[in-house]
Amino acid sequence: MPSTLWRRVILAVLMLAPFAWISYAAVTQQLGADPAKTIVLFTGEWTIYSLFFTLSVSPLVRFLKWRWLMPHRRMLGLFALFYALCHLLSYMVFILGLDMSRFLSELAKRPYITAGAPAILILIALGVTSTQGMMRRLGKNWQRLHKLVYVALFLGWIHVLWQVRSSYFDAVLYGVITALLLGIRLYWTAKKRRKRGKKPLSNC
Amino acid sequence: MQQSLALGTAAVAVGGVATATAKPSFVADADVSSPSWLSQKLAEASADTATLDDKLTPYEHVTSYNNFYEFGYNKDDPAKHSDTLKPHPWNVEIAGEAEKTGSFNLEDILSKVELQERVYRLRCVEAWSMVIPWIGFELGSLLKQFNPTSRANYVAFTTLEDALQMPAQGNAFSTIDWPYVEGLTMAEAMHPLTLLAVGLYGKALPNQNGAPLRLVVPWKYGFKSIKSIVKIEFTQKQPPTSWNILAPNEYGFYANVNPEVDHPRWSQATERRLPSGLFSPNIIDTQMFNGYDEVASLYKNVDLRKNF
Repeated sequence: MPSTLWRRVILAVLMLAPFAWISYAAVTQQLGADPAKTIVLFTGEWTIYSLFFTLSVSPLVRFLKWRWLMPHRRMLGLFALFYALCHLLSYMVFILGLDMSRFLSELAKRPYITAGAPAILILIALGVTSTQGMMRRLGKNWQRLHKLVYVALFLGWIHVLWQVRSSYFDAVLYGVITALLLGIRLYWTAKKRRKRGKKPLSNC
Repeated sequence: MQQSLALGTAAVAVGGVATATAKPSFVADADVSSPSWLSQKLAEASADTATLDDKLTPYEHVTSYNNFYEFGYNKDDPAKHSDTLKPHPWNVEIAGEAEKTGSFNLEDILSKVELQERVYRLRCVEAWSMVIPWIGFELGSLLKQFNPTSRANYVAFTTLEDALQMPAQGNAFSTIDWPYVEGLTMAEAMHPLTLLAVGLYGKALPNQNGAPLRLVVPWKYGFKSIKSIVKIEFTQKQPPTSWNILAPNEYGFYANVNPEVDHPRWSQATERRLPSGLFSPNIIDTQMFNGYDEVASLYKNVDLRKNF
């Protein structure tokens, strides 16, 4: 029974649903006076959520024995890249009207944008190298490279934190989840090192 | 454009319509509940006949896209969650450096002023803007009635603080210390452009727009235009203001619209006039003092870069 395929289809549909919804709402003009800002915020939030899902796979497999999730981790990561690109493009087109000189000056002048940009570059690099072929070609370096996803998530959180205006809620919530997801990796790495007599290696 | 705007009220008499009582030019087909004395007064407000080049922002957007953090953090929260506010009856406390002070009922306050329609640009510090037909009266015409003393250098304003009527005031994650406070110099407060609004689009202010009484200072960023005012105090010293307290490097006391001085986190050189389409964003250049050049004389001796 190809249950893996079914799960893949269901997960893909679930992950695409937010995109479908915001597109539908935009086309039918249900996003109010400032649809641009709504779309940029929405796609940014879904980038972070997708990263949370991706990085939750390993803990769920280890703690809840949800092994069926493992084959779908790459797809979840690719959705993070997908929403990140939507976020970047909607900012450039809907907010800046494709004014490239303004894009570059904002990139240089606004710390929260400067912090977000490398996060997107990391996700692009990870997406490009996510194929089986690339995995083989890069060998051990593949894993080193893909640990950058932790940096991407951390930068994503900084990107949110530096935009706090009237409420700390999102920044605190995302901070707690980020700390949990990154903290568990540190814990696993430390445990493994102790077991193997200081040999640094971690898989998840 | 600027001159004709300042002449708005005077021009009414020359208007072509020969009705005994002038009517506002822009009246929304909307159902905003207000006591009959207020509805009647709003209907009699003199029209703003100044022809502003700017297109009005539709009523539905003016009343559904709001920063009013007492009701939530999202732009649509105030419209959804401000039913708890009870704008009538409403009292305003007048305090500080004036001969006459005390608590005054809104109906009494309004009985002593003439309501006028004023079409103003509203420029938010977040780099979006709207054009709104307010109904209100000159703040100066009210302040004079209390005979401020020679020690009255500033005017401080306070929003209602009541977590039952303003539920988000109970939220633990808020960066703002309630109640929301704002302030103006006496000269700014007495300037004929400075308005106390009680309505928009010919109707009473909806709760999400600051019912029943709010400030409108069109040459300053929107956060200066404090909503749901319960206290006006004449002070000798510069009063504290909410956004300045929480981020003094980002929000100054003056907060005049100024394309030359960027907010640290975004540019103020341009603005998106709402509603803004997706594939052709309505991006326009921001004007000094939001285009209200007549206030420039108030700042002749002020370094606007330092006093942003």
